[in-house]
Amino acid sequence: MAAGRRAAKLVVAPSVAVVMVFIYGFVLWTLYISFTASRILPAYELTGWDAYARLWQTPRWHLALRNLGVFSLLFISVSMVVGVGLAVLLDQRARAEGVLRTLYLYPMALSFVVAGTAWRWILNPGIGIQAFVRHLGFPDFTFDWIARPETAVYALVVVAVWQSTGFVVALFLAALRGVDQEIIRAARLDGAATWQIYWGIVLPSIRPVVMSALVVLLHVAVTSYDLVVALTGGGPGYASDMPATFMVEMAFRRNQINVGAASAIMMLAMVVTIVVPYLYAEMRAARDA
Amino acid sequence: MRNAYPHRAGILRRLWTGLAVAVLVLFALYDLAPLVVMVSTSLKSADEIRSGALLSLPDEIDTGAWAYAWGTACIGATCRGLAPYFVNSVAIAVPAVAISSVLGALNGYALTKWRFRGADLIFALMLFGTFLPYQAILLPLAQTLGALGLGGTRGGLIVAHTAYGLTFTTLFFRNYFVGISDDVVKAALLDGAGFFRIFGEILLPPAIPILAVTVIWQFTQVWNDFLFGSALTWGESLPVTVALINLVNVTTGLKHYNVDMAGAIITGLPTLVVYVLAGKYFIRGLIAGAVKG
Repeated sequence: MAAGRRAAKLVVAPSVAVVMVFIYGFVLWTLYISFTASRILPAYELTGWDAYARLWQTPRWHLALRNLGVFSLLFISVSMVVGVGLAVLLDQRARAEGVLRTLYLYPMALSFVVAGTAWRWILNPGIGIQAFVRHLGFPDFTFDWIARPETAVYALVVVAVWQSTGFVVALFLAALRGVDQEIIRAARLDGAATWQIYWGIVLPSIRPVVMSALVVLLHVAVTSYDLVVALTGGGPGYASDMPATFMVEMAFRRNQINVGAASAIMMLAMVVTIVVPYLYAEMRAARDA
Repeated sequence: MRNAYPHRAGILRRLWTGLAVAVLVLFALYDLAPLVVMVSTSLKSADEIRSGALLSLPDEIDTGAWAYAWGTACIGATCRGLAPYFVNSVAIAVPAVAISSVLGALNGYALTKWRFRGADLIFALMLFGTFLPYQAILLPLAQTLGALGLGGTRGGLIVAHTAYGLTFTTLFFRNYFVGISDDVVKAALLDGAGFFRIFGEILLPPAIPILAVTVIWQFTQVWNDFLFGSALTWGESLPVTVALINLVNVTTGLKHYNVDMAGAIITGLPTLVVYVLAGKYFIRGLIAGAVKG
């Protein structure tokens, strides 16, 4: 037993070292850089909160945050509502379930770079849906979200929903399978309607999955990078910029390493706020179980 | 089949069923639209691209765009198509997936069956790592890889994907092994089996499906990566996703969107094939990755 335990520690040690350096060490390094005057190259003299002050005085950062807010709200609510709805509809149709679930989930296997290449043409008013419908004989039809600064973020939502809804469907279908069928049968014998059964029994019993889905989708939203790059390139101008693209732009293209680092720390703070309470609750529930 | 109302047939019920099916099919169309557009556009000739609209089927099947995207299209200064970058992605994904999966399996086993002090803390630290926004480590990572002489190289990407993949692979195996009774380990210990023999002979064989889940998850992550690829590699070492973006973003001249679409399919094909062949494991990984506790 003691020898085995020693072997176990030896086996885990390299991974622990990697995690401590590549995750926690690097996060501290980024935090440090955010308090320096690093521009094109990292500098290691501390200069206080300058980079954060500059970050919060940058209109582009405020726009990125507003875009993230709008995007998260729409993306999460639409994919949750549609995903849960489709899962409930599929749940009652066992025969169609296998095929449709497979169909709904394939976008999760494709990178946004690939999907974005297709979507940017489909949403392009000149040759995509707008041109198609106009050609059908509706010359005033307009669908140009991707091309206008004030609506480009909605184009991001269209594609993000396209990718993630299948994931929500699969998550909830798996959860619906776990619901106690006896209670449902009893409720049905008592004459409860289907919607009453779903609203009163099924949905409350799968509440933990709702939390998981929300956390994952929020995390997807905060870290959305390749979606933006592939679909709008952050444009028109920087109208559809998000924190994830803002950070890379500052740190790797605009020679403002310290501001980039500060924005990365803000992103991390958002993720920590979302994830840590969730993980804490999950681990406590696992221990109590 | 679980029928909502076996006893109440009638017009209302048929109407409801029709509506449900319509919604399901409508969503399937939205879902499939990009794939259909990609395939159909990639099979159009350059002439048809110049004259036709995007959302129409090709008049004649022309595979020229595929050949061009694969072997001749210009990415940056070189005009050898996506092929060399596709090879890069394979050369990056294979070692990164293999190393992180093996380490993840051993970690998951060591953390659950040999509960040494600190095992739970280590797991918690790794679990948080699965949520890490990579922007928060990108600058130090780029500098460290540069200092190691791996800046801009495929080797650097292998290191990055292995390091950050570890948390996910460990999570998958840990959550599987934690559900397996410790008694089998105790019995094997009494028989004189050691750490590695217990792993290889008792724990690993039933964990093969989890290995499949892990490998597929990791492969999809590494293949689809764009952030690391665009920030940490350059020139000849780019992975195919970054090469595709460079191909698509060429601003000079006429837009050959048949070539863009062919390039997109070539880039997406490996993960799509894996999904078609082993979707069951892919879905399991997605769910396991989401419900982490």
